[in-house]
Parts: sequence; C-alpha cells; structure tokens
Amino acid sequence: MSLSTEIPTVAPPPPTEVDVAGRSPGQLAWARLRRDRVAVISGGLLVFFLILAVAAPLVELLYGIGPYDQFQEKLRRSDGLPLGYAGGISREHWFGLEPGSGRDIFIRLVYGIRTSLFIAVMAALLTSLIGITLGILAGYLGGWVDSVISWLTDFALALPFLIFALAVMPTVELRFYGPRDEVPTWFRVAVLIAIFAAFGWTGMARLVRGQVISLREREFVEAARASGAGLGHMLFRQLLPNLWAPILVSFSLAVPAYVTGEAALSFLNIGIRDPTPDFGVMIFRSIDWLQGDPAYVFFPGVTIFALVLAFNLFGDALRDALDPKSSR
Amino acid sequence: MTLLRVEGLTKHFPVRGRGLVRAVDGIDFAVAAGETLGLVGESGCGKTTTGRMLVRLLEPTGGRIVFEGRDISHLGRRDLRLLRQDLQIIFQDPYASLNPRHTVGRIVAMPLEVNGIRPPGGVKQRVRELLELVGLNPEHYNRYPHEFSGGQRQRIGIARALALRPKLIVADEPVSALDVSIQAQVVNLLRGLQRDLGLAFVFIAHDLAVVRHFCQRVAVMYLGRIVEIGDREQIYERPRHPYTRALLSAVPEVTAPARANGRIRLAGDVPTPLDPPSGCRFRTRCWKARDVCATTEPALTNGVACHFPEGDDG
Amino acid sequence: MRGAVGPAADPYLQVRDLRVRFATEDGVVRAVDGVSFAVERGRTLGIVGESGSGKSVTSLAVLGLHDPKRATVTGEILVGGRDVVGRPDEEVRRLRGRDMAMIFQDPLSALHPYYPVGRQIAEAYRVHHPRAGRAEARGRTVQMLDRVGIPQPERRARQYPHEFSGGMRQRAMIAMALVNDPDLLIADEPTTALDVTVQAQILDLLEDLQKEFDSAIVLITHDLGVVSQVADDVLVMYGGRAVEHGSAEQVLRRPRHPYTSGLLACVPTLHGDADADLVPIPGSPPSLIHLPAGCAFHPRCRYADDRSRAEVPELRSVAEGHLVACHRPGVAS
Repeated sequence: MSLSTEIPTVAPPPPTEVDVAGRSPGQLAWARLRRDRVAVISGGLLVFFLILAVAAPLVELLYGIGPYDQFQEKLRRSDGLPLGYAGGISREHWFGLEPGSGRDIFIRLVYGIRTSLFIAVMAALLTSLIGITLGILAGYLGGWVDSVISWLTDFALALPFLIFALAVMPTVELRFYGPRDEVPTWFRVAVLIAIFAAFGWTGMARLVRGQVISLREREFVEAARASGAGLGHMLFRQLLPNLWAPILVSFSLAVPAYVTGEAALSFLNIGIRDPTPDFGVMIFRSIDWLQGDPAYVFFPGVTIFALVLAFNLFGDALRDALDPKSSR
Repeated sequence: MTLLRVEGLTKHFPVRGRGLVRAVDGIDFAVAAGETLGLVGESGCGKTTTGRMLVRLLEPTGGRIVFEGRDISHLGRRDLRLLRQDLQIIFQDPYASLNPRHTVGRIVAMPLEVNGIRPPGGVKQRVRELLELVGLNPEHYNRYPHEFSGGQRQRIGIARALALRPKLIVADEPVSALDVSIQAQVVNLLRGLQRDLGLAFVFIAHDLAVVRHFCQRVAVMYLGRIVEIGDREQIYERPRHPYTRALLSAVPEVTAPARANGRIRLAGDVPTPLDPPSGCRFRTRCWKARDVCATTEPALTNGVACHFPEGDDG
Repeated sequence: MRGAVGPAADPYLQVRDLRVRFATEDGVVRAVDGVSFAVERGRTLGIVGESGSGKSVTSLAVLGLHDPKRATVTGEILVGGRDVVGRPDEEVRRLRGRDMAMIFQDPLSALHPYYPVGRQIAEAYRVHHPRAGRAEARGRTVQMLDRVGIPQPERRARQYPHEFSGGMRQRAMIAMALVNDPDLLIADEPTTALDVTVQAQILDLLEDLQKEFDSAIVLITHDLGVVSQVADDVLVMYGGRAVEHGSAEQVLRRPRHPYTSGLLACVPTLHGDADADLVPIPGSPPSLIHLPAGCAFHPRCRYADDRSRAEVPELRSVAEGHLVACHRPGVAS
C-alpha cells in the first residue's frame, strides 16, 4: 500500500478543434472500427457465418446433399463408423459423415449455424427489447417504478437458470403435447428463446438503467426539460441516441453467450433434439463416438469456437471504437 | 415594470437520516423587464438552486415565484409549457449541456420542436438566424458538438435559449467553464444580446468581476439567504455587509491597488447548510459578530441583512 | 520574497528544451514544444496559460508522471542536479514525494476515500522514512496538519476525506505534500476548485510555508490574479511554447507579447469602467496537432505580419531577465 505515490497517470490532452466536415459520433466510430484489424477480420468472419446461415438452402442446392440425407452405404456395417479416413472425408462429403446415421456433417453444420444463430439473435433481440424498456423506465422515472423493476431484476437473477430450464422445458412440452406426441421443432425453439429472454434481460436492464441515471443529470436533458419536453421526447429523442453505443456492445456480446447457452441446453437434451441439425446435438452425439471417430467432434467444435470467438472479438472492438477513451 | 418577483422562496432537500439541507431559505428579489440581476456567492449559497427553481427545473418547497403578475411556483406541466417560452436557461458546462448525438441544427431547434412551433420561413431558417445572432457560422448547421470549441459550444447553448424569444434568461455560471480569453467574448455577446433584444437576465456567478461587467443590480447570497442586494455601484463601491466586503477583498487581481489596503481574510469555511448557525448565518466567520448576532437573525432592510452594517458605525 | 530575476546561481529545478509529444489517432500532439525555465529555492514560478497551452503537461513531465507508452519526453529536467528525463521509474518515484511533491486541483480525487487523512499523510512520510516508527509518523502528521492551519489536528487526522470541507481537504493535501520537506513543490491549479474566500486563505498559506520551508514552487494556473499574488517569476505559455518569461513585475505590468497584453486586457476587473465592453482576444486556442505556422498566436493577433505567419519567433531578451517570443515585441503595449 503506497498511498503517497498513487498519482494517476495522465491521458494526452484532447485535441482541440480539428476541422472535419460534419462527422457524427457514429461515423467517427465506424471509421475507427474500419482501422482496427481485429474488428475487420472478426467482422468479416461474422458476415461469412451470417451469409452461410441465411443462404443454407442455397448451399444445400449447390452442395447437392441435404441435412437429413443418410448415406448408410458409406458406413461400416459392423460398428457404424464411416468408411475412409478422418471420419469419411471425401470429395462428396467435405467434413465426412456422422457415424451411425450416415448424414453429411458439412451441410448439417451449415444448418446448425442457422438454427443456432436464429435462436441466439432472436433471444438477444428479445432480451434487449425487454431490458432497454425496463431499464429506461427505471432509470428515468425513478421512485417506485425503479424499485419495482430493480426488485424484478434481482428476482430474475436469483433464479437458478439451469435448474429452471431443466424443469420448465419438459413441463411446458407436456402441457401442450401428449407424452407420445412428436413435439415440433419450432415449438422447442420458441420455448428456448422464451427461457433465454426470461433470464437474459437483467443485464441489459441494469446497464441501461445506470446509463440513463447518469445521463438524466446531464444539462442537455435539463435543457430539454426547461423547454417543456414531454416524456416521449425525453426518452426517444434525448436519451435513446446516447444509449446506442452500450446497447450495441452489450447485444454483440450477448449473441455468443446465447450460442453457447443453446448448445449447452441441447447437449443436455432439453433444447433442440436430433435429427434437427444443431451444434449441441452434434457434440452430444459425438461423445458416444469419440473413441472410434474423433473427427466427428472436431468440426462442430471448431465451428462453434470460431463463431463465438469472432462475436466476442468483434464486440470488444466495437466497444473500443464507440468509446475510444475506455481501457486500452 | 416588474417582470419577475420572488417572495420567501425556499428549497429544502431532505437528506436520509440527517435532516434537511436548507439550500435556499426564504429569499426575496425582483427583476424588472430588460434588467440584469446578478446572483453571487460561494458554493453552497443556494444561487444555482434558486436559478433552477426560477425555470421550474426544481419545485420550490415554499414561497412564491411571480412572473408577469402570475404565480408560477406550482404550475402543472401543461401551463408550464407557455411559461417556458418566456423563461429560458443557459448552463455552465458547454460539454454536458449539448446532446452529443444531435447536430447543432437539431439542438438549437429543440425548443421549437418540443413546443410544436413552426416559425415563418421554416425551422431551418430560424436556426440559421439564431446561429448568426450568436456569432456562429450558420453553415455549421449539420455539425456535431464535438467539432466545436468550448466557447463555440456555449454560443450554441445561448442560441438554443434564444430560440423561443424569451423575456428572461437564467444564466447559470455561463462563462466559468471557459478559457480566460474566451470568457470576454461570451460576456460581450450576452451584453449585446441583452441590449439589442431587451432581455432580462438572472446571472448566476461566483466571479464578482464578471458580474460587475454584466449586471445592473447584484444580490449577494450566503448559506441560502440574501445578505445584501443593491445597484452595482452600491455593492462594489460601498458594500455594507461584512461578507460582501470580505468577498470583494478576497478576489486576486493583477491591477489591484496597493495590496495591504483593507485586506480582509475570513477564517474557516462556509458552515454546512444542514445545520446553519443560529441568528445571523455569517456570524461564525464575521469579525464584527456580537451576542445579538447569535440570537436574532437580521432582516434584509435597505438592501442589507446585518445588525452592524458598514457605514452605520462610523 | 519578491525581487528582480538575478543570475540564477544554483536553481533547484532546471528545465531545458523540454518537449512532450503524444501520439493520438488524429496525429501527433505536440503538447510542449521546447520550453526552458529554472526555479531557485525560495522562489515561485507561475506558469500561466489556457487549456491546451501545455502548462499541466510540463508539470507532469517534471514529476516524471507521463506514461512512457503514450508520451515521448525529451530535453533536460534537472531536479537538484539530477536529470529526471529517461531515468528509471523506480528512481524518479524515490525523488517524488521526498525531493519534489505535487498539489492537485482536486484534492478529493488525490486523496484515497477509504483511509483516514492522517493515515495517508503518515504513509507518505514512512515511504520515504522507512526507519520511522508509527508514533514518529503520527507525530509528524499532526504537526503538519497543525502547521497548515487545520484546527484540532489530532481529531482531524482520524477523519476521512469526505468529512473535510473543500478548503480543509486542500490544506490536508498541502500537509501531505510538505510532510517530507520537499525542495520542490508543484501546485497545479491548487485553488481553482475553491471559493474565493478560501482561495485567499490557501494562497496566504502557500506564501507563508514557502518562507518557512524555503522550497522552490511552480504554480500552474490560468488565473492571472492568482499569479500576481504569489509568483516571483512568470512564464506565459501558448500552444505548447513559452511566449513570455520574466519577473512578475515585468510580465504583468510591462507585458511585451501581444498575447500577454491581450490576456491582461480581457479579464474583467473590480476597478475601471464597468460599462465598457471587454476587449476579447478573437478566435480560440489552437489545435496542438495542427499548430499554425510561424508564431502560433498569429491567427488571433492583430499585429501579425508576414514574418509572424512564416517564422516561429525565438525567445529573445528585451530587458534584463525578460524574454519574449515575438517578432514585434512591445507592439501592443
């Protein structure tokens, strides 16, 4: 503990008036982002994954194999392992075949990205929507509204997510479908998104609430109030434009969390089920074949890793670009 | 003609578990149309709180604010709208007072937008006029605040306050955040606007020299009270309250005449407004205090609130 | 303590051709661009300038507080004969606090909120007096608090920074700076955050303490009034360069640089004609990335000529100890 020498190091003084023609803070951030090599590479990778997800049917058409097509004839009869090297990699099957079922891994991964990103993005959108709304209201109105929303936040944070998900998924399925009925995939997807949304909004709500509380005291908000601005103008014209930066960063970091979260739930067999193509399902199935066909776990593992890493790197780069004064 | 009259204005802030902060504790003053009143004092004297109450950013705890003969101290939001066109505010911090995500045009047009006013010739035309009026290039309409220097930003804030053609502007430390060489520019601008547009000002500042160059009348505040009020001449040349004298003598000046001459040094700091001294609030730092000062609070008579004002004791 | 600037026999602080540059994403900021000055023990140098003039960056360079990853510091800074520039961090840290100390504008952020004030001062003492016992450090702390005019120093030493008023905090900060009896004290806008009546007290205190401790003081401020009250010598900075340097009497009463004259003329005063418009300096301070060619002040100077626009004026002597960087010195006076 050396209190006396704890003197803050200084940042360079802000450059005074540089003559640039009307560039908004957003444009400046974009320019900074484009100069950041990590941001460009991770962003490019994300765009690639997104295109792959959206254009999955097109990929299927070009590739000539569908996600449910089975190639049992290319498996060894005795133990169901794919024939050939490294899990049956060949000109027709780029990433090989799934042992047992004989489905093509490449096309299933492409569709897996589609499932995964759809759930993650929808969940992130929904949580952001709920979080922003509640956060702004709590932060700006304060008083009992703030108390109620803060209590709700604490309540949601106190619920154990995994146990809740494990308990709720089967119950909800049973509530709408009989024990012997086939539960449609869209229903599982919807329930997954709903569970993520029910738990995930707290972070965004807290973030936005904090931001609004610090903005609320700023003089430009007072200036609007002194001119007679109503609640709508305050929230949407004055506050929201100043919240986009943290919201975007938080959103871009929430998506990869949901990608892994969804894979984890599917791995635990309470999310997406076979035969719907999905990372979690594939990794879950691959565990059984680890000894005989280690290549099976490799491709879904690497893909999900790359996807999550790209999102996280991009989120961090976005934060730096939007707020250059933050830690670096 | 009296434009604004303040009677017994009070603002108390409750502090959890520690009682009340008596930020403003019963003050009276009046501002005539086109007049400039300076509100000076040190931190914690209540000048800023007073300014916020005048434009109703804060709700008074007690007392009355009468604007053009109408009590506005507890108007509802709808009635306030009309009032706000006549009463505007300029803020201290040229960085915090402009929304960083809005263009200059949008910032200056905000009061028009909020009140649904469409000036003849269009909003854009009006904004250009306003920018020109405060000495900015009207072509900078589409620029963002971060592209301007502190002085220019303060001009933008002034243009915004002028957008609704108010009759009275509360200026809360409008130059204290600016560089020395820029302060004079903004003071001159405000003086010109005041003269040309016949605006009334309540000018809040801690800098006595700046107030002297801007205000026709001056009120000196201490711990939520006005201790002396009068014409500029009176306050600066013949101050009667000991606090006013001490304040004036503490200002360091390059051109001050012989330094030893009547230099007054107050001991200690301003007491907390949570628990102001009994009787006269200045007595704990006053070199003239006697027993009566601790028991009886002096009323503001003939512009001074002191039991032993200067000029009375020979 | 006032007097003419004599030939500096043995100045405690000597700064020669100091340059500090920051690389930012918008370009290189030349925050300080070739500044030289010297301060003797027992004298006060006031460095005056507006935001972006380089005055604070200069003081931080003297204390060796610039992050070497961000700032490039060149030139010579001799503190008691030892060059601070390029010296290892560890050695500069040992100088800091013992041989030189700093007073900040905002004592609240310079004091640790979670430790009693007295403990922080005692800690500062023990860092540089490792053999001092607890009792000795505490005794020294109380003595210092008493010296800077804090009533009931024993009780106050046990209190936390938030229990102090602004003026008392600044006094405590000064006590902490002086606890090791430094030879050089750097005060960066020490009274800017204070009320005028408290500012007057603190300035008086600094003046008294200097007599007693015989230290060299560098006072950085934007307030010419403050400078005129406590400084023996004055250095005026503009755009990272020194534009005028001399005794307080010379610079403030007989300024020869148009910027100094302009600064003195534009400050509102308690005397003179209150109805006359102020005489502002037009324009605003320059960008340190795109400094105007020639004299940095020329775009705002009404006396600028072709030479001012093309050629950077050197600091030249116009009188004994009075240096001015202007092609037409005295043109505005």
